[in-house]
Amino acid sequence: MSVLTPPRQAAAAGDTDGDLVVVPARHPWRWAGTALVLVLLAQLVHGLVTNPGWDWGTFAGYFLEKSVVDALLLTVGLTVAGAVLGFLGGIPLAAMRLSANPVLSGVAWTFIWVFRSVPLLVQLLFWANLGYLYESLQIGIPFGPGFSFPTVSLIGSFGAALLGLALHEAAYAGEVIRAGLLSVDQGQHEAATALGIPRWRQFYRIVLPQAMRAILPNAANLLIMLLKSTSMVYVLAIGELFYQVQVIYGRNGRVVPLLMVATVWYVILTALLSILQFYVERHFARGAVRTLPPTPFQRLKAALRK
Amino acid sequence: MIEISGVHKSFGPIEVLKGIDLTVEAGTVTVILGPSGSGKSTLLRCINRLEKVNSGTVRVDGELIGYEQRGNRLHELSERRILQQRVGIGFVFQNFNLFPHLTALQNVAEARHSALRKTKSQAYEKAHELLALVDLWDRAGAYPRQLSGGQQQRVAIARALALEPKLILFDEPTSALDPELVGEVLDVLRDLARAGTTMIVVTHEIGFAREVADTVVFMDSGRIVEQGTPAQVLDHPRHERTRAFLSKVLV
Repeated sequence: MSVLTPPRQAAAAGDTDGDLVVVPARHPWRWAGTALVLVLLAQLVHGLVTNPGWDWGTFAGYFLEKSVVDALLLTVGLTVAGAVLGFLGGIPLAAMRLSANPVLSGVAWTFIWVFRSVPLLVQLLFWANLGYLYESLQIGIPFGPGFSFPTVSLIGSFGAALLGLALHEAAYAGEVIRAGLLSVDQGQHEAATALGIPRWRQFYRIVLPQAMRAILPNAANLLIMLLKSTSMVYVLAIGELFYQVQVIYGRNGRVVPLLMVATVWYVILTALLSILQFYVERHFARGAVRTLPPTPFQRLKAALRK
Repeated sequence: MIEISGVHKSFGPIEVLKGIDLTVEAGTVTVILGPSGSGKSTLLRCINRLEKVNSGTVRVDGELIGYEQRGNRLHELSERRILQQRVGIGFVFQNFNLFPHLTALQNVAEARHSALRKTKSQAYEKAHELLALVDLWDRAGAYPRQLSGGQQQRVAIARALALEPKLILFDEPTSALDPELVGEVLDVLRDLARAGTTMIVVTHEIGFAREVADTVVFMDSGRIVEQGTPAQVLDHPRHERTRAFLSKVLV
């Protein structure tokens, strides 16, 4: 190649390319944009601090108050129970929808159709009023004898809330899991089956870990939506976070600071879930990328070493 | 050892295999040649029942694949039994199909543990040996995406060997590789042939067929056109269709 290049004129400053200095390109508009955003941010913070309407004193007084913390724990409990029951229901729903059997896939399709159609609020009220429709529930031989229980005592308002959240969540989780299973390459199924790996093991060792890559971001969305949807069960007079702050501001009239108490707690819980999401996704990225992205902690260490 | 008789296979209205009869002796290498769309890969996939045949039978060591004969009726086997039959038949794919979330070592050990029911430590010990056999002992901890195509295919071959199969099927094992990586995979195939492994190889590598094959089979549009020793089929083809194909491949 060098034969083809014409003899280079010796540069005035240095004799070889090694002496040349790289000057990074300037981005004046990037600086202007940054300045504008910082000014707006400062105004926002100034407003939050100086406007007496926010009433941060009341906020601080109630943020860790016992009734609020108890309500918070109930919110977390409802979210965890709803998510666990919802995803446990979603797995058979996804498997049924992918089944070649038209009855199974039809039933799953209908379930998902119905429970995605009915608004959660309507569903919650419906379950709470189930006793009006069926006075007693019976367990036993279908169309035969069995034990019966009065509906109202079996499904209290808490049961109705949990049932509504779980069924609603299961319908969405079924679709999220199905999407993940469909994203796994057909060649993976073929390789697993050609190796004679038992069916159940094919699912949890080969297919599911790869499907998780597609399932996780959607599942995290669903979980965060569920966390906020628990605020709807206030219509059943269950003392979760949103219901509890309503009770307090109904008494003292400090609406805004108490709404902020609930808001900040929802923001904190969502932040925790997002952090969890990052690490779980990173775990399932093994093999899918050549090198894993560094954790924020590793990035900080690398920055400090410089 | 392997007896294929009267195998027909259709995908919808298209008949891909139109009555295949083929016998492969134990310890021999059979290379299947033919233009694309001639049904070579489908035939291979019918042998380990990745595809269900429409009619005809496949026997490996006298054992009917996919069915159980009772009187003059063939009863379809449960998926569980078919999975057990596949343990005896290795399969190497054109696109490797390694499990991307498992390391090379885990890929090789997986089926030996779960399908052949060896303990984990036995499976991993053998997996190390097999990776050494395909000259990848130093890449045991690498994920497939960190390996070159040739290395991935060698892991895939080690994975098939881990089941100690009676027979290994190779479906165009070098077609997805860069030209300079083909040699390293063919070297492994050559070693296996020398060790007396029963192999059926679908390939376009005529040179490999000439050197290693005991039998060369030429297929076209769902039928076996001719078969014989490499010298017979490659140097003195009897059929016009074979001559036309070879004249295009042997430039």
